[in-house]
Amino acid sequence: MAAELHVALVAADREVWSGEATLVVARTTSGDIGVMPGHQPLLGVLESGPVTIRTPEGGTVVAAVHGGFISFADNKLSLLAEVAELSDEIDVQRVEQELARAKAEDDAEAQRAADVRLRAATAGR
Amino acid sequence: MGAQLRVYKRRIRSVTATKKITKAMEMIAASRVVKAQRKVAASTPYAQELTRAVTAVGTGSNTTHPLTTEADNPTRAAVLLLTSDRGLAGAFNANAIKAAEQLTERLEGEGKRVDTYIVGRRGVAHYNFRERTIAEAFTGFTDEPSYADAKKVAAPLIEAIQSETADGGVDELHIVYTEFVSMMTQTAVGSRLLPLRLEEAAAETAGKGEILPLYDFEPSAEDVLDALLPRYVESRIYNALLQSAASKHAATRRAMKSATDNAGELINTLSRLANAARQAEITQEISEIVGGASALADATAGSDN
Repeated sequence: MAAELHVALVAADREVWSGEATLVVARTTSGDIGVMPGHQPLLGVLESGPVTIRTPEGGTVVAAVHGGFISFADNKLSLLAEVAELSDEIDVQRVEQELARAKAEDDAEAQRAADVRLRAATAGR
Repeated sequence: MGAQLRVYKRRIRSVTATKKITKAMEMIAASRVVKAQRKVAASTPYAQELTRAVTAVGTGSNTTHPLTTEADNPTRAAVLLLTSDRGLAGAFNANAIKAAEQLTERLEGEGKRVDTYIVGRRGVAHYNFRERTIAEAFTGFTDEPSYADAKKVAAPLIEAIQSETADGGVDELHIVYTEFVSMMTQTAVGSRLLPLRLEEAAAETAGKGEILPLYDFEPSAEDVLDALLPRYVESRIYNALLQSAASKHAATRRAMKSATDNAGELINTLSRLANAARQAEITQEISEIVGGASALADATAGSDN
């Protein structure tokens, strides 16, 4: 059995996902970072982007995370985000509509948020 | 029906209607307390992890950040007071306002100018009535606060603390809210949010004498702290809003329960009085009939003679 680390993905108002994982890839402000079991204690600022969690069963969980932090210590990884959604919670059609609207209204922030959701949703399938 | 009896009947009817309303409000409040408590519990993991992270950066690095270091000579402070939009909650709002006033007095005694930020219509009304200045007021979400509401409240506060004191910034940030201890006990507390007391924050998370590991900061400790502290303030305000909402519902429930009990008691007393009035009426009627009959009998007996 490969070594595992415990992951907790928590949003401001709920726990989105928690469980064991063998690898977590997230995007920090200074680039993508991959965390495997036994990593050095780490505290980083996350960018909006998809987070990929590889589970020991070989599956992957993808979540769209909008800002937040990653912290790793004692083989426990916490992903803190103000807003986080799992890829299968995302309604692709609605997000596409949102993206189109954001583009039409020239709302860069909404556009980025919708884009991140869309990427996470497609990566998770 | 006699006039007295009619008055009692009417009062009983009106008190019964009131009792039904207070009973309904009691039950609504009871279900909302549970909901609010669940929200408090759901927000706990985030708040805990965030506090842990803040403590880790604060203690693990030698960075001096305006939000963690105390100003040498603090001259301005902000007080955020959390009240509710609606009343009918016993002394809930009065207690919170009293706690805020005590805190304000203490801070002013220490020579600081206090800016008051208020959440909830009740607090705003209280301050407006006394013509005190409010730095900023937020209303309309106290029953079920969302994280977006907390962000909205936190934004001007974070801005105030980050700007220089000379340009209208503040050195300290205090928050007054009603802590939800249990269904029966809610206490108004005032605490200092910023600058951070790291020892306190550390005691909150690591009660078991746990030693915080030496973290690697990505990109750097300053940047992490810069990004963390606003989130920390937001999450603390969110937690306070939720607790305040839960406390308000619990206070409403208790107030409505005693109102219902009082209405029941009043109905009992009034029905006794109504019964007595009815009985008095009957007695009077009988004695009138008997009196009339015997008078008649006396009269006829007199004419016979």
